[in-house]
Amino acid sequence: MAHVDPSAPLEGKASKETERKLKRESRTQIVSFVFMVFITTTAFLTVASDVIPSGFAIPFILLLASVQVIMQLYYFMHMNAKGTGWVNALIWGGLFVAAMTVAALMLLIGITKY
Amino acid sequence: MSNSAASSKSVIWDWITTVDHKKIGILYFLTGLFFFAVAGLEAILMRIQLMFPEMSFLGEQTYNEILTMHGTMMLFFAAMPIFFGFMNFIIPLQIGARDVAFPFLNNLGYWLFLFGGIILNVSWFTGGAPDAGWTAYAPLSSNSPGHGVDFYVMGLQVSGIGTLMSGINFLVTVINMRAPGMSMMRMPLFTWSSFVTSMLILFAFPALTIGLLLLMLDRIFGGAFFDVGLGGNVVIWQHLFWIFGHPEVYILILPAFGIFSEVIPTFAKKRLFGYTAMVFATLIIGFLGFMVWAHHMFTVGMGPVANAVFAVATMAIAVPTGIKIFNWLLTLWGGRIRFTVANLFALAFIPSFVMGGVTGVMLATSAANYQFHDTYFVVAHFHYVIIGGSVFGIFAGVFYWWPKMFGYRLSEAWGKWFFWLFLIGFHLTFFVQHFLGLMGMPRRIASYLDGQDLNDLNFISTMGAFLMGIAFILLVINVFISRKNTTNVNDPWDGRTLEWSIPSPVPHYNFAQTPLVRELDGLWFEKMNGDGRMKAAEPLDEIHMPNGSILPFFIALGLSIASFGVIFTSWIVIIVGLLVTFAAMFIRSIKEDHGYHVPVSEIKADQEVEK
Repeated sequence: MAHVDPSAPLEGKASKETERKLKRESRTQIVSFVFMVFITTTAFLTVASDVIPSGFAIPFILLLASVQVIMQLYYFMHMNAKGTGWVNALIWGGLFVAAMTVAALMLLIGITKY
Repeated sequence: MSNSAASSKSVIWDWITTVDHKKIGILYFLTGLFFFAVAGLEAILMRIQLMFPEMSFLGEQTYNEILTMHGTMMLFFAAMPIFFGFMNFIIPLQIGARDVAFPFLNNLGYWLFLFGGIILNVSWFTGGAPDAGWTAYAPLSSNSPGHGVDFYVMGLQVSGIGTLMSGINFLVTVINMRAPGMSMMRMPLFTWSSFVTSMLILFAFPALTIGLLLLMLDRIFGGAFFDVGLGGNVVIWQHLFWIFGHPEVYILILPAFGIFSEVIPTFAKKRLFGYTAMVFATLIIGFLGFMVWAHHMFTVGMGPVANAVFAVATMAIAVPTGIKIFNWLLTLWGGRIRFTVANLFALAFIPSFVMGGVTGVMLATSAANYQFHDTYFVVAHFHYVIIGGSVFGIFAGVFYWWPKMFGYRLSEAWGKWFFWLFLIGFHLTFFVQHFLGLMGMPRRIASYLDGQDLNDLNFISTMGAFLMGIAFILLVINVFISRKNTTNVNDPWDGRTLEWSIPSPVPHYNFAQTPLVRELDGLWFEKMNGDGRMKAAEPLDEIHMPNGSILPFFIALGLSIASFGVIFTSWIVIIVGLLVTFAAMFIRSIKEDHGYHVPVSEIKADQEVEK
């Protein structure tokens, strides 16, 4: 029995449904890309301008950074797709454990002793 | 490039380049067993030194080196690889897969582990092994003279990369490669606990990597992370080490829990009591493992509130562990128990491990910990959980899975001698150490004075260590004299899980047809409600298998060469080593290799031989 050579070029056209899906996906990607460029620009302007005090700028760009990371994971690395339940569980579980550890190190057993 | 058939190879070339999870499993297993013997010998040397007060059998420096190497070798190069051997061999068989998800990475992981072990042991011949304890606390480790600790850093770094890869590999294998019908809640408990172990590896090992990196920068490249005079902080090492180290001890115990959860139902002839509770207890133990690291540091001076928080968190772990213990007991309850060697180890595990657990709760009491800390009480505690848990689990697994892995049954008679000598030796060695600790004998000290009432207990402890050594020799003899027991190896224990549904030795493609799993304990369900064989989920067809590769060997070799360059600070050697690694990785990237197909005629021929 002949087997498909995985390195062979694809033949024929994609189905109508697949084409629609690809189109929808590429639109989402472009929109999120533009949005992420906007976020990055905002972050840069926040730091570059002298009007904004650093007391506001630091938490603000950290917030923008976390939004960007989440968008990166969900729109560009396809964590919003079907069948990614374990990927989501492990990434958020790992983040949770790391956050608890860092919080304990900074607040509970850092410089100040309780 | 898609070959129609596998090319024939010489035996050694075949084993070096293999991507077969069963061969890699056997490599891990045998290498781990070898390192286990070496580290065990080191333990016996230490016990000889402590047999009488003020012995001069080993010098103080040699004692420190042997002590460090015993701990490091046992944890990283004996217990973990042996469990990796079982995981590699058994997980794909238990979930009905033909290989792990990334066979190439699997091979690479083995070579990184082996080269890491070799780097560590080369230190004996280059002016002294690491001497700062397996925990390598700074500033003792960052100021230790000679190259010893550098070997520790680079050996663990290289093997750590391999461990991380294997962990990810098992995660993806379990998530993606399960046979039809094998839902998560139908997975055998060994696969489940290995899955949780792999999560712990994924999240814990990066902390060790960072710690080792800081130590390397301090020792070799003039960093100041642990140099208080330049604004560094030595306690950071302890935090990083134990953020890794506490999950690490659960990495060592969870696979053993999994093995007992296979062995006990099989030999009690009952399904596991409270399967769901067992799964969730495993997950909770895995999670809590990350929340308790500071209980190793109660005497560092973190403050009473912090100590109390970590003490309570630590005691919480007794709850899921207790759930597991009671579930094993209730599995045995009313079962038709067979006292095979594998089951003897499982039965002996329960009281031995509970004793270690009780001293664990005592140590978790942070106020009392000031008395116990750094005494032989701690030594007794962790040997009770590691030998009474992990090592008993390894030996139960050895006797349980040996027919599947090597195609012959180990002698039960010799096995029972081995079991009883090892059990008695173990309790003789470590039970008395509780009292040595309570009497104030500090750990990690090369000698003690006469006339402090420590003589008798130390002598008893050493006798126990000899007994364990003799028992291990019986196991090695057993391996060689049992080779004729090749009958009844396919399903010798009347097994319940998928690995017993295929012939021993296992064909290289595992399952001629992917099995259809209809219930938890799939094979047992077919034995009770079907014809005793797994139903097929696909028609008999050609099987697609991956090709072997020599590239992982060179990737690992290059990293080891670079490690020696780092240890002896030679930029040329570092660059040459990294060039070898990246060249091998580059070839891997551009070379197309789609594997080969096992023809139907070969599968049918195998099945004829089977009949």
